[in-house]
Amino acid sequence: MSAEAAGPIPTTRTPNVRTLKLAESVFVPVFALVGSFLIFSLFLLVIGKSPVDFFTLVWTGGFGSSFSIQQSLQRSAPLILTALAFAIPARIGLTMIGAEGALVLGGFTAAAIAIPLVTSGAAAPVAWLIMAITSMAAGGLWIGLAGWLRHYRGVNETISSLLLSYIAIAIMNFFVEGALRDPASANKPSTMPIGDAYRIGSIPGTDVHWGFAAGVVLAIILYILMSRTTFGFAARMTGGNVRAAKAQGLPVGFLVVTCCAIAGCCAGLAGFFEVTVIHGQANASLVAGYGFTGILVAFLARHNPLMIVPVAIIFGAIAAAGGLVQRRMGMPDATVLVLQGIIFVVLLASDTLYGRIKFFQPEARGDRT
Amino acid sequence: MSRLNLSRRSLLKAGAAGLAAAALPMGLARAQSPIVLGAVYVGPRDDFGWNQAHATAMEILKTVPGVTVIEEENVPETDAVSQSMESMINLDGANLILATSFGYYSPFVVELAKKYPDVQFRHAAPLWKEGDPANAGSYFCYLNQGHYVDGVAAGLSSPTGKLGFVAAKPIPSVLSNINSFLLGAKKTNPAATVQVIFTGEWSMPVREAEATNALIDAGCDVITCHVDGPKVVVETAEGRGVKTCGHNASQAPLAPNGFITGAEYKWSTIYAMYADLLAKGEPLPNFVAGGYHNDMLQNSPYGAGATPEAIAAADAAIADLKASKPIYVGPLKDNAGNVVIEGEMDNYDPVLDGMNYLLEGVVGSIT
Repeated sequence: MSAEAAGPIPTTRTPNVRTLKLAESVFVPVFALVGSFLIFSLFLLVIGKSPVDFFTLVWTGGFGSSFSIQQSLQRSAPLILTALAFAIPARIGLTMIGAEGALVLGGFTAAAIAIPLVTSGAAAPVAWLIMAITSMAAGGLWIGLAGWLRHYRGVNETISSLLLSYIAIAIMNFFVEGALRDPASANKPSTMPIGDAYRIGSIPGTDVHWGFAAGVVLAIILYILMSRTTFGFAARMTGGNVRAAKAQGLPVGFLVVTCCAIAGCCAGLAGFFEVTVIHGQANASLVAGYGFTGILVAFLARHNPLMIVPVAIIFGAIAAAGGLVQRRMGMPDATVLVLQGIIFVVLLASDTLYGRIKFFQPEARGDRT
Repeated sequence: MSRLNLSRRSLLKAGAAGLAAAALPMGLARAQSPIVLGAVYVGPRDDFGWNQAHATAMEILKTVPGVTVIEEENVPETDAVSQSMESMINLDGANLILATSFGYYSPFVVELAKKYPDVQFRHAAPLWKEGDPANAGSYFCYLNQGHYVDGVAAGLSSPTGKLGFVAAKPIPSVLSNINSFLLGAKKTNPAATVQVIFTGEWSMPVREAEATNALIDAGCDVITCHVDGPKVVVETAEGRGVKTCGHNASQAPLAPNGFITGAEYKWSTIYAMYADLLAKGEPLPNFVAGGYHNDMLQNSPYGAGATPEAIAAADAAIADLKASKPIYVGPLKDNAGNVVIEGEMDNYDPVLDGMNYLLEGVVGSIT
């Protein structure tokens, strides 16, 4: 699905071609971003607000101080993980939109397995490890199931993963409002709190939680896996043409289910951090839409795990600034959604620019070696 | 914009100046320290419901000199609320935070209150308890008193005595509203029943519309609700020509023909008290709860659906509540036949906060 897979394979890999490709892949999104800011400025002028004020506030709220930067990073943490959960199946040609459910299920199972661990007084790192593995297993199983249904039963993975999300949320609600409900949570049904001793804190010296670090590390690992290993090559080949991949004898079923399971692990881990860092228990607040925002992030990053990190930070910054814009300019919350929507549409449309700007084409520049 | 550019330092300076001025002998007017009040809402400010009730009260505060109100809507009960509150403190210099959604309190308000001991936090649900940070607190109104008045009026406005209730979740505060509505209706029509449908979510408009239609199809001729935004329920019922009682804020504009009255919060009483205390430099109470007896509730102005007898009876019920006459007078049975309330219960008896039953006369089940 990626640009390099879709285009003709360059027979000669001179540094110049690589540099031009890189320059193109930076230029196009930046151009799109600036373009969407201009369109949004028109929108602001129409409703009688100052674009200068707006973008100054977005800068102040998103990056203007170390406080703002930390807020942006913190907000990006769950988005990195859920975006990875969309991007990895996308590389193998699947549109898997079930990260929300995998996140919720991951968070819920982490909180559920924590109950015996906390009551038996297990050491915190041991408890974290068990909780993290449980949440990743739950998430992996969930998205893996959608992948399995796709490959072996021909069920459309977009529909099944979306529906599985609703099932996951229903499972959590069922237990949280029933068997696993903490009696003290009268008006907001929740599982038993894991307690301060089992909460994961911030990265030392910052207010940013460890979920961000985990997201960055996973993004790097998955980039290497998808771009620098035979597994990744086989997966991308399957994504390019599944029949050709089968004809080559690639284990397509294994690749599909594994990619989906990896995706589910990422989303499940996001749920683990939501419980251990943010909420301290599982309840309906886990259903916060991170899984769906992650889809946007992955699209804008063109399913490149490394690009997901900066894109998620930009989304985090826009969200962080959104509050400031509401407060200072008296604009409704939907303003930021309008901006996000414009960015999304313009960036997707800008995909057609790849290969069309002569400056970046070695053939047109006469750089042929 | 400049009025908002208050750093915490300048606030402290102004506060110190205020204290110094207060310490001076007579003859000097006391300088008021500026109050920056940050309000966080879980949904839109114009939802015809919970958030609108708060936002309307906040509008009143905006007219108070020396008070700057900053507001943020659609803030989910996640890390986002910590971030919004912290951003209000650090970037806008907020010194009083009003967190208006139930799920904001734990862990978000509690943890931020520890982190920012100079900032006051107040949260709209009865959750603060001894041992929680001293700069945090709770405020709450017992809306079931308003639903009781609704019931009194509904009992006399419904020809059949079959009333319908669209409820979000079977939790104590919702159950108390349903039971109070029933008791109110029984007071004016002893044969009245309340049929309840739980939607399972605080905001699920499609299911709320379905539930309203189902209740009307089952013969109910007055519909009320306890969901975040009563707009869908009230409009659906009005469209079917059925009368309605409101919840949280006034829905009268949505139902010009069938609106009877509605249970409404009067948060402005609490907010004005906070602003006043802060301006005087006095500490805010950690826990404020109330209802009709201390002017923290009101009923929406009567609509076209209310009969003259209903209006008279509802006015009398309001007078009773202001005089602290109890709603729950035993012996009362739940709808499975068990006696759940023996004697008279004070309207603020903490036992009622743990309500987990539907009274006899309510058609429906919490499981």
